Parts: sequence; C-alpha cells; structure tokens
Amino acid sequence: MKRFWGFVLKEFLHIFRDPRTMLILFGIPIVQVLLFGYVITNEIKDVKIAILDQSKDHVTIELTNKIISSGFFILDRNIKSINEVEDVFKEGNVRQVIIFESGFGKNLKREGTANIQLIADASDANTANLVVHYTMAIIGDFVREQNKLTGSPIQFVPEVRMLYNSELKGVYMFIPGIMAMILILVSAMMTSISIVREKELGTMETLLVSPLRPLQIILGKVTPYILLSFINAVTIIIMGNMVFGMPVQGSMILLLAESILYILLGLSLGILISTITKTQQNAMFISLFVLMLPTILLSGFIFPIENMPKILQWLSILMPPRWFITIIKNIMLKGTGLMYVWKETVILIVMTSVFLGLSIRKFKIRLE
Amino acid sequence: MTLNITDINKSFEGLQALTDITFSVKEGELFGLIGPDGSGKTTLFRIITTLLLPDRGEVNLFGINVLENYKKIRQLVGYMAGRFSLYHDLTVEENLKFYATVFGTTIEKNYDLIKDVYCQIEPFKTRKAGKLSGGMKQKLALSCALIHKPKLLVLDEPTTGVDAVSRMEFWEMLKRLQKRGITILVSTSYMDEASLCDRVGLIQKGNLLSVNKPEKIITEYQKELLSVSSDNLYKLVNDLRSEKNTHSAFLFGQSVHLTRKDQNITAEQVVKYLQHNGHENIRVKVIKPGIEDCFMDLMNEEDEVLLSG
Amino acid sequence: MSEQKETIITVKNLVKKFGDFKANDNLSFEVFKGEIFGFLGANGAGKTTAIKILCGLWVPTSGDIKVAGFDIYTQTEQIKKNIGYMSQKFSLYEDITVFENIRLFGGIYGLSRQEIAQRAADLMHRLDIEHSRDKLISSLPLGWRQKLAFSVAILHNPKLVFLDEPTGGVDPVTRRKFWDQIYEAADKGITVFVTTHYMDEAEYCDRVSIMVDGRIADLDTPSALKEKYSVKNMNEVFLKIARIKPDQNN
Repeated sequence: MKRFWGFVLKEFLHIFRDPRTMLILFGIPIVQVLLFGYVITNEIKDVKIAILDQSKDHVTIELTNKIISSGFFILDRNIKSINEVEDVFKEGNVRQVIIFESGFGKNLKREGTANIQLIADASDANTANLVVHYTMAIIGDFVREQNKLTGSPIQFVPEVRMLYNSELKGVYMFIPGIMAMILILVSAMMTSISIVREKELGTMETLLVSPLRPLQIILGKVTPYILLSFINAVTIIIMGNMVFGMPVQGSMILLLAESILYILLGLSLGILISTITKTQQNAMFISLFVLMLPTILLSGFIFPIENMPKILQWLSILMPPRWFITIIKNIMLKGTGLMYVWKETVILIVMTSVFLGLSIRKFKIRLE
Repeated sequence: MTLNITDINKSFEGLQALTDITFSVKEGELFGLIGPDGSGKTTLFRIITTLLLPDRGEVNLFGINVLENYKKIRQLVGYMAGRFSLYHDLTVEENLKFYATVFGTTIEKNYDLIKDVYCQIEPFKTRKAGKLSGGMKQKLALSCALIHKPKLLVLDEPTTGVDAVSRMEFWEMLKRLQKRGITILVSTSYMDEASLCDRVGLIQKGNLLSVNKPEKIITEYQKELLSVSSDNLYKLVNDLRSEKNTHSAFLFGQSVHLTRKDQNITAEQVVKYLQHNGHENIRVKVIKPGIEDCFMDLMNEEDEVLLSG
Repeated sequence: MSEQKETIITVKNLVKKFGDFKANDNLSFEVFKGEIFGFLGANGAGKTTAIKILCGLWVPTSGDIKVAGFDIYTQTEQIKKNIGYMSQKFSLYEDITVFENIRLFGGIYGLSRQEIAQRAADLMHRLDIEHSRDKLISSLPLGWRQKLAFSVAILHNPKLVFLDEPTGGVDPVTRRKFWDQIYEAADKGITVFVTTHYMDEAEYCDRVSIMVDGRIADLDTPSALKEKYSVKNMNEVFLKIARIKPDQNN
C-alpha cells in the first residue's frame, strides 16, 4: 500500500509542477463554461417572428403576449393571409411564422383542442429547430397554466424535453454538455498522456521491472485524475449555478455519484488509449478525435439527435456523453431520482466495465 | 552460475535481432556486453529483465526461469535502462525516494549501499533531474537502480553520451559495487571499456562473436599486427590499402594498424614500400592487439562466413 | 603551426550567458582553412553552445566572431550557405529514399536541378550505392547511412563542415571508414570542425581544443599536448585537463 501511495504522490508532483497541465485541468473548464454560456444565451434572443392570427380572441392574444414577452422573440409584424408567409420569409428577417386557426379559443373550450401551426425558416436548420422548440415550450407552459386555472384538461402536444425548463434559458442545455465534454477530455486525455509519457521517457521500463504490479501502476496513474476531475465537475456545477443560475433540482449526491461513474468511464477510456499509442502526441490526437468531436457532434450536446440521419442516431447510442447528458439534465432540471435514470446509469456502468476490462487485458506486463 | 542464457533467438517483424545467444555470468562477476548501436544489446537485456519474451531459448537467473516467473525476477534485478529512466520534473531526492517506495524500501535503509554513488550528487538533491549534466544523471540513475539491494545489476549503456572523465569514475564505482558482492551485467559501445570487465561478450548484428576474458580474447588473435606511422596519416592509410598484400589497414590514433595476407612480408619490406611512396619518419613495429583490433577482426570473419555461407 | 595560414573561423572573446550562468566564458581561438579541428570537452562544458553560435543559430552575448569570412551577427544567411552540418542525432530522413534525400538537401541549399542530378549521380557512384538509389534510408545498413549523411552534408561544397559527435555508438570499422571520409574532405580543402567522445579520434585531428567549464583549457596539436602533459595518448591528456576541477561542476 505504501508503494501505491508513493506512486500517487509522485503523480501529483508531476501535475502540480507542470503549468500546462494545471491550465488544462482548471483553466479550460472555467473558460469553456463562460464561453459556451454567454455565446449560447445570445444565440436565441430577439428572434423575429410574424403572427397570423385568424381568431383574435382572448386566448390567442394572451398566448401571443406570452410568446413576445418571453424575451426570445420580437414580433416583426402581423400578417393577414396565408399567402403572405412566403414573402415574409423571402425578406429574410423573420425566422418563424405562428398561425392560429380561426375560432381558436372556441375550439379550445368546446373540444379541448385547438390548432397552432409553426412554420420556421429551415434554411438555417439548427436555429429553426431551436426556435420551434422554444415556441412549443412556451405554448406548453401556457397550456399548463391554463390547466391549473380551469381544472379541465386541454389537449395539447407540448415539447416534453423543455416542459420543465420554464425559463427556457439556452445555457441550461449546455452546462450538461460542457460537463460531459470536459470530464471525458480531462479524464481520458490527461491519463492517456501521462501514461504514454512514461513510455516515451523510458521510465515505464523501470516501473515494469519493479515489483509494482501492472494494476498498481494503472491505479496509481489514474487516482489523482479521479480527484481532479471530480473537482472539475463540482466547479462546473457551482459556476453554472452562480454565473448562469442553473439550478440543481434533484439530489446533489446522485448527481455527484453519476459524475464519478462518468469520470471512471473516461479514465478507463484513457487507459485503453494509452495501451494502443506510443507517443504523447498520438495519445492526444486520438483523445481529441475519438472523444471530443463525437462528444460535440453526436451526443445531442449541440445538434439534436432526432434530426440526425438514422446511421448517426445509431452511432450516438455508442457515445457515453449522450447518456451522461440525459442523466444530468434529468437530475439538474427535472429533479428526477435514480428511478428515472437507471437505464442510462446501467448503460454507463456496462460501458465502463467493457473499457476497463479491455484496457487491463491490453496493458502489457512486458514491452511488447 | 548466476545467470544462464541458452540459445536465445528474437526477431522483430522478420528482422533477426538476436541469433542463438548462449552465455552465462558467474556470481559476483562484472560482465561486459560490448558491441555497437543496433547490435542487439538492449534487446538481450530486455529479455533478461523480463521486459521482452524471446522467440526461442531460455534464461535462468539464480535457478529461476525468467520467462515464467517474471514477478520473482523483478525483485532481484536492478535495471538501469539506456537513456536513464528518470523523471525530469522531479528533484534528485524525489526521484530516489520514488524508486525506493516503488520497491518497498526507503533511502535510509539502503543508504549504505548507495552512499558511494549518491554522496556525489547529494549536494544537488533539490535540483530537478532534467537540469543535471549527463554524468550526474548517470549517477542518479545508478542510485535508483541500486536502491532495493538487487543481487544482479543490469546496466544498459550507462556510459553512452557521457564524457571520458565521468565514464572513468563510473567504472570505478562499478568496481566498488562488485566488491560488495553484486553481480553486474553492463553493455557498452566503447571498446576500450572491455579491459575493465572480468569477462566480455562481443556482439555484432545479433551474433555473439566471442565470450572470454579480455586478455584471452587478445591472445586468441591469430595474426601479427603492425603499427605503422609516418608524417602524413591520410596518405599512409591510402598507400597501405592500395598495396596488394594488405589484408586490412585502419587508423588507430596516430598510427595505422596493418595486417598482411602473407605473414612472411617483413616490417622492413613495409618500410621500403612506404619510402618508395615518398613517406618520411616511417615507423613500423609489431604490437599487441587491443580489444578493438580483435572485434574488427572477428567482425570481418563473421562477414566472410556470411558471404561464403 | 609556424607557417602563416588562412583562417576560416575567428573567435575573439566570445561570451554567452544564460541568466547568471556563463556557458561560454571568453573563448578565443582560430580555425585554419583545410584543417581538421577537434572540439573536445566534458558534457555541459559548453561545446554545443559554441557550435550553435558558430552555425549562426544563437546570438552570443558578446564577442567578435567571423565564420567563413562572414560576421556572426549580421550575415548569418551567408554563413549558413557556406557551412555544412551533421550530427549523430539527425542526419537524413529515414522514410524517404536515398535520391529523395539528396534532392531535398540539394534543394535546401539552393542547387539547381542539373546540379542536383549531376552531384547525386556523382555521389552515388563514388559511394557505390547506385543500386540503392530508390531504397528507403531506413533499409540501408548503418555504415552506408553515415557515409551518405556526410556526403549530403557537403553536397553544396561548403567551405566548412561541422560534425557534432558523428560517430557515437558506431562499430569500430564503420567509425574508421567514416574518418577516411573526413580525411578525404579535408584533402579537398574543406575545413572540418568535429566533436567526439572517442579520444583516439582526437588523435586524427590536426589541432584540438579542450573545453572545461565554458573555457578553453588548452588548444594545440595532439602531439604537442601529449608532450606538454607528458602522457602517451589523448585520453590521458583529456583526463588530466578535465579532472583538475571538482566533479560537481561537471
């Protein structure tokens, strides 16, 4: 055991002596959170919309007010006929047209359902998608309020994913994404680099010839990073809360436990990468291309999964961040417990065991 | 016998790195494996220290089969890899402490053994290892390899890239360690270090050319060796080479070492030939060969065997 | 050296400091045209620093230095055109062929296409490696590689060539064949500035300088040095000079 702690101590010395490592470990998470946070909040703000209200009753007026007062949308104009829609879009300012059917309020009262049509300018698919999602969420919110008021159920199809995020701030959706990205980067990239560095330096030879067991070497190398990644996770949660007002509705303990699980997954990936690479440069490239790009592109962090081609949707199933993002969104925004995220948790556990098993099998007791 | 190596063969991607290596090292011996870069020294040492598996052959250390019991072996061997495996961002003392804990011991416990080596760098114990000179790195690496009182010390090219003074001091340290009962296996590409070993193995292109005491290797040299010098060394070596009776002519310091195809040709005849070619201050004498002469001779033989075979 | 010789390197009071540390402490020496100049010294004595300055890679803290007739401060471009450089660590690209290496380095030194083609053919003929023209460097035996590396380093007919430990770890036969090449180059009038850890190689030099702690401790012909310290060979000369100082500063 003393051997092991001696090893861990040495690892900490390496980390604290190298300003670059310290910067990656602690500087980048903070910068990323701020960067993404501010960029994203600005992204959907003051989007110009047009409204075609064929009913003009108190329900549509109230809903229109709610949409416009949300701060995300500006009413560019009211239009009078469906024929104008195409012209409005051709002008290029308006991103979305909302159409209320005639007799909207009456229908709602009589049949409990009413129709709204949302037409978005899909030349910019992502913005269009966001805009539609935001609008639907506001409408959904509106329906909920109405239900509370009247007591009679109104039929509506709200966008479930945003239902609980009543303030609809974009940054809420990105904090989980950043956390998923940073944790996997730090834990996988930093461990793989630090293990490969020993190979490059030739010290791995000496360690292998020593009575330390391979497992002890691995554990000794990753232990400091478990701790540091954990500190990172906490930093991101705190920053999300302090700077952007991101709440943690659910259990903090569950959130941290899930984060640790995810960190372990990252570490086992890092070990796996280190067993197949020989230079630090190589390890870094693999970490970046295998981990970072897919995290950003395929996890639903930036681009909604349901908009992807089928093949990519299948691929995204293999992306650990996808499941982690779902888990923490649930815990932080919806306040749900383990009951609702056990499936994702099991998936992460299985992935971790597979990577860990693979890397232990691949870690060599010799040089070949 | 402390170490028995039998019939080791190893190839990497079809390239034969070691061919039928067989030799043994006696207890308490200082054994030198001597050969140029790429001759297979490091590969052989890695097999002995359990880092690589041979394609064929056996290694026995203190009666333990190295290939099967790597864990036991790793306690008994102190290994100093080429390029001194040190952590450059750790200080001298931290490096040593780290290796001590890895081997489950402390600096204090084994200070006695490393004192002789370590005291020379102890004044700089708070300096980072990356900032040390080659000679000091070498001493630190040796201290680290010794920290767990190994029975066998395996040193892979400890004197490469180190200046002549540090090299000499290093060999003096090895001699003192040997006196304390540690068996030492060391590799080097410096031929002149052969005479400092009890026995040496000469290795070239993965083949052991000869294993013997240095003085025995010299007495086994068959040819008569002439040392020839004159005022113009470059012209001298060229003139000697273009003489049809010359077997080999190589520069050695200020003279040319010459072997002849026909041993009946006397030194006087060589002098005459050179005078005829306009050399002045010609000196020719029969000398005892050094290890380097022997190595070059054995190398040639090996090549000839390969060519004819 | 009694006769008046043309100098190719003139160093006067060269000082190079890194912070408080003087890597080169007031060096002054001359290298004559066509000689083989051995530059010896313990590790960390300041050899590499001096070579980097002479090649125009580093600027000295102070001192007057001329290399191949050009000023080290203002004419580094001309200096680079007139010198060749080869080290043990890097010489040729291993993953491209013999001819491609020659073409590459010829191109770097501004040779024309015809010049490159002609010198490449000439060089490969002289080294007897025409049959390996399109082989990768990595597939060649070490001895050939080294010969080729040296030939490439002097492909542009420099006035002066710097060799930084060219023979480290090489087998004794290859090492000697390499020195044959050095002699050949010197015979053609190329000045050779060489560092080595092999003291027998110091004997092959016309003059050697021995650096200790950033200074030149001695500089003379090998025979004069041996006489001065009344020893038999250069190894003993080196040990005598370098051992004077305590080991810690090494």
